[in-house]
Amino acid sequence: MTPDLPKGHALPKARTGISGFDDVTFGGLPAGRPSLVCGAAGCGKTLFAVTFLVNGATQFDEPGVFMSFEERAEDLAANVASLGYDLDALVAEGKLAIDHVRVERNEIEETGEYDLEGLFIRLGYAVDTIGAKRVVLDTIETLFAGLSDAAILRAELRRLFGWLRDRGLTAVITGERGDGQLTRQGLEEYVSDCVILLDNRVEDQVTTRRLRVVKYRGSAHGTNEYPFLIDQDGISVLPVTSAELDYGVSNDIVSSGIDGLDAMLGSGGFHRGTSILISGVAGTGKTTISTHLVDAACERGERCMSFVFEESGAQICRNALSVGLDLKRHVESGLLRFEAARPTLYGLETHLARMHRDIERFQPAIVVIDPISALRGPAVELQATLLRMVDMLKSRGITAVFTSLRTDGAFDQVGDLGLSSLMDAWIKLVDVEANGERTRTLYMIKARGMSHSNQVREFQMSAAGIRLVDAYVGPAGVLTGTARMVQEAEEQASLLRQRQEAERRKREVVRRRLSIERQIAELRASLEVAEEEEIVLREEDDTRETLLGQERRAIAARRSAAE
Amino acid sequence: MSEAWTESASSPRYVLRLFVAGMTPRSQRAIANLRRICDERLAGRVDLATIDIFQQPHLAEEHQVVAAPTLLRLEPLPVKRLIGDLSDEARVLAGLDLPVSPRRGADER
Repeated sequence: MTPDLPKGHALPKARTGISGFDDVTFGGLPAGRPSLVCGAAGCGKTLFAVTFLVNGATQFDEPGVFMSFEERAEDLAANVASLGYDLDALVAEGKLAIDHVRVERNEIEETGEYDLEGLFIRLGYAVDTIGAKRVVLDTIETLFAGLSDAAILRAELRRLFGWLRDRGLTAVITGERGDGQLTRQGLEEYVSDCVILLDNRVEDQVTTRRLRVVKYRGSAHGTNEYPFLIDQDGISVLPVTSAELDYGVSNDIVSSGIDGLDAMLGSGGFHRGTSILISGVAGTGKTTISTHLVDAACERGERCMSFVFEESGAQICRNALSVGLDLKRHVESGLLRFEAARPTLYGLETHLARMHRDIERFQPAIVVIDPISALRGPAVELQATLLRMVDMLKSRGITAVFTSLRTDGAFDQVGDLGLSSLMDAWIKLVDVEANGERTRTLYMIKARGMSHSNQVREFQMSAAGIRLVDAYVGPAGVLTGTARMVQEAEEQASLLRQRQEAERRKREVVRRRLSIERQIAELRASLEVAEEEEIVLREEDDTRETLLGQERRAIAARRSAAE
Repeated sequence: MSEAWTESASSPRYVLRLFVAGMTPRSQRAIANLRRICDERLAGRVDLATIDIFQQPHLAEEHQVVAAPTLLRLEPLPVKRLIGDLSDEARVLAGLDLPVSPRRGADER
């Protein structure tokens, strides 16, 4: 953890322009004072010093003098040309002076008392000529090999550092690491304001460069060992990010580029700045899914950076074409960048440092690391590295996509440290083998901060892209692939049968209804006949009654007349 | 006499440059020592110049001067570099490739 910047009291500092270093030291080297940069051979001392001068001349308008005790000016210029530093041009512009001090023991005869006034005058002359603010002495200890009187040299060095301080020059003095002390001649006794130790360690046949601020008088500084990089872009130091989980969060939703996958997430996509783990064994489609995420982001106009450890960028572009994604145009438009490297090329820290620097420069919105399981190292170190990586990405609000060959979310074969717990979302890809075929399926194991489908989905890759299909979940279990299709066909057949049966029964009912209606009609007809008969009979009765009445009255009349 | 003549004829010319930093006692000592040696051993065949690097600092860089005083033997080749106030005469003579037999030639003359 880096300590907080002390408030109120500010030591004037000269920025080195070395990315990361100025963060670690809260502003750079102590201005107007000499600093010691020490380390074993080949650990980048000279490069550090040259970078300090070149950046001073080009970025901070502080010309510098490089006093070399080892390399000739031409050699020095040639050596740093690969980093894009044009020393000759800076010399021509009067922003840099290089003085090679050659001290050959076999040429020199010591004939009495002397001092190093010649060195002072040369340095003073060079400083005055270009108005230098910065000075590098690389490596002044060489003098001890060329001159035999160590007592004089020590006295003169003490005077030299005092002189640099009096002139207010910010100086970098390099020193080779010695036995039991930081430099062979114990220069740290003289240069006590700021001491920086560079180290180049080999572990498991992989080297990692590290930098440590041993002391920095009057200033707080990061005390850890920080990995640093030397490559074609110069030196960059990776400050260890803070251990606090204090980054801001975003409520933005970003689409995964796969409709079916978005549909599995309650909010229709992932949160921006989330870290997504896609795990699955070989051939389950991890890279293809991450490619969709990348393509979707590029379509939105966001920058993407892909760190690939097993394939080249061109290969991924070609393979993406087979699922209908044209990544090449994104690469050409500058939205997408591939950084391919063999995992064994660097140590873990160096990988992290490299990513850190690339991300810092490219400022992507989404970063893909494919596959993270390719990174090898001791489990504890791996977890620390990945934790920092995730932390670094989160603190920048970058959506991170990691793929892993490990299906259980662990780092490696032996460790039980979980990578999955660092992740906000975890998509697990599982091959289902049944009935002589293999089917790709997908689960959403977790998605922090949103509801998500718990169901397994089958996914199909075709020239039209990835399509998610609901898997068949029935009494026989989860069916996928051809088995699912067979089952679906069977279901359709039985559905047809059921429909036909229903039709038949419907027709039967209609027929029965019709026959009943016919019977009703017949009965009604015979009812009508009966009613007619009844009427006829009733009329006949009435007629008969009437006739009988008339007859009786006629008889009665006849009877009364007869009486 | 003849020996001395032979020596000077066969001996090459010397080109010497003495770099001093200001007129300090040490510088003056170096100048005096050098004058004496030249008078005694190299009379007539030496091109000697004394340079104050305070006055001409660019020459210090040009001639790779680190220590002061520095005596540079430019000729005969190879270039030799003598640092210090030249008070150790044996070393000075060795550095200049002059025979160690001191003063004999001068005494005879």
